[in-house]
Amino acid sequence: MAQAVAPSKGMTFGEAGSALAFAGLAFLSIIIAAKAYTPEYAFHAYLFAAASVASVFAIVNRYYERPAQLPPQAIGGKPNYNMGPVKFTTIASVIWGIAGFTIGLLIALQLAFPALNFDTSWLSFGRMRPLHTSAVIFAFGGNVLIASSFYVVQRTCRARMVGDIAPWFVVLGYNFFIVIAGTGYLLGITQGKEYAEPEWYADLFLTVVWVTYFLVFLGTVMRRKEPHIYVANWFYLAFILTIAVLHLGNNAAIPVSLFSPKSYIVWSGVQDALVQWWYGHNAVGFFLTAGFLAIMYYFIPKRAERPIYSYRLSIIHFWSLIFMYIWAGPHHLHYTALPDWAQTLGMVFSVMLWMPSWGGMINGLMTLSGAWDKLRTDPVLRLMVVSVAFYGMATFEGPLMSVKAVNSLSHYTDWTIGHVHAGALGWVAYISFGAVYCLVPWLWNKKELHSMKAVSWHFWISTLGIVLYISSMWVAGILQGLMWRAYTSLGFLEYSFIETVEAMNPFYVIRALGGAFFVAGSLIMAWNVWKTITVGEAVEEAPQAIQPALIAAE
Amino acid sequence: MPAAYKFFAEFAQTWGLLYFVGVFLVVLIYALAPSRKDRFDAASRMPLQED
Repeated sequence: MAQAVAPSKGMTFGEAGSALAFAGLAFLSIIIAAKAYTPEYAFHAYLFAAASVASVFAIVNRYYERPAQLPPQAIGGKPNYNMGPVKFTTIASVIWGIAGFTIGLLIALQLAFPALNFDTSWLSFGRMRPLHTSAVIFAFGGNVLIASSFYVVQRTCRARMVGDIAPWFVVLGYNFFIVIAGTGYLLGITQGKEYAEPEWYADLFLTVVWVTYFLVFLGTVMRRKEPHIYVANWFYLAFILTIAVLHLGNNAAIPVSLFSPKSYIVWSGVQDALVQWWYGHNAVGFFLTAGFLAIMYYFIPKRAERPIYSYRLSIIHFWSLIFMYIWAGPHHLHYTALPDWAQTLGMVFSVMLWMPSWGGMINGLMTLSGAWDKLRTDPVLRLMVVSVAFYGMATFEGPLMSVKAVNSLSHYTDWTIGHVHAGALGWVAYISFGAVYCLVPWLWNKKELHSMKAVSWHFWISTLGIVLYISSMWVAGILQGLMWRAYTSLGFLEYSFIETVEAMNPFYVIRALGGAFFVAGSLIMAWNVWKTITVGEAVEEAPQAIQPALIAAE
Repeated sequence: MPAAYKFFAEFAQTWGLLYFVGVFLVVLIYALAPSRKDRFDAASRMPLQED
């Protein structure tokens, strides 16, 4: 073939195919919008139509503006990493984080001061609570996981991410799903399953996004230059694959009509409850644990500049965690219609989970052996190490609460809320903050973060917030549990329900204060990230000669 | 149906248990075999040896 001639430009299969698919989706959405049973569903259909049309324009526009050749796999022997989607999700996670924490603060205040729902259904606790949980878990946490997984898999495989349109579809499609889910809650669209509230059409769309995510990740792993797959990628892969299985199993619903947002689940009664908590607990196990452990296994060694304490322990950690978590779900259904043996099974596996959890915690913490002094000088590392300590604490408390005798006191009380937030604020959010603080300078080629002092402030303010939050919820939960089970000498319940609610009030105020501190910390982070990107000092290509001039400029 | 339930429950509680213990032993052997020391040492340095 004549190589000198400029290659003729043509649309790739991915570009043409996805543009056509989006055009089809736009057409379908408009029909659904026109025939929708409810205005809320029509609104969502219009959102789908608008996003699909925008996607067609974006794909065609991008095609006209790009050179004839797609970006090369490598430049000058170095892999040509695709970091655009990583940058997008990093920024998105910071924004969603602030939104999710703020909504959490609002509902914490509503519990202390009920007038704060302003007598409108839009701001009622029942709608704001799933908005909060979805915003922090799926919007904030999910974007951190997508960003870090796309970063880590490329770097540790030394290969450019697979796909041209596909990574952007994953990133933008996932965030569009969050918009659909969140606006749905505000409008009252929910299937009433905890942590799986979005209705069937949002679930179907997420399935397509998630399968694409899986294929992009797996394709990149298969393209690797290294013979071994680094352990962080194992955790990411387990997270992506298991979430796909859980999502499909727990959302096996049949819609009333193509034109209705309402659907009915195929499981019934106690089976539905079991499937729901098989999903719910493994969302904790694989989304909030395996995914964030992957962050731990890459970012802590990287930041501490030491290899992981024991690579062998990490493999045992991985397999034992995977084997055991999947059985622990029934502990959410103690003393219910679920058969007793299934409850006991859930309890036993939860107690066994102590071992892999603490194995992993020890592995993360001991990575710092010989480098503990870095905790004094590097607040980013401090955030991540404290997150691993919180991981250990939350995974000690969880098995304890899964023991039926303890659960009879703790279940349905605020102790559970405190436990969840020890894990969510202390472990998940802190390791995420650490990852964001690492990623931003790396992605935007900056020497360091704009202000280390601000990271330190973020750390201390939010740590104070977490301590206020979890200690107030411990006291509140145990008090609540004891009041519920208190009997008089005549065998009557000693307290009416409303008396227990009244007793909670001071703890709810303290909890809201802790939440306010946590929100304040996240605002400091957003400022720091913004400043690092806009005015941060760029990494120099040849640092030796330029060094004195830089000091003079200061 | 009760017969099927009994069959599956007994199968899970005996062979299922042995299967998982067996798989876990294989994982332990894979992770702890001395012959893989060099390979795992190299793998643990992967994040630190990027360009």
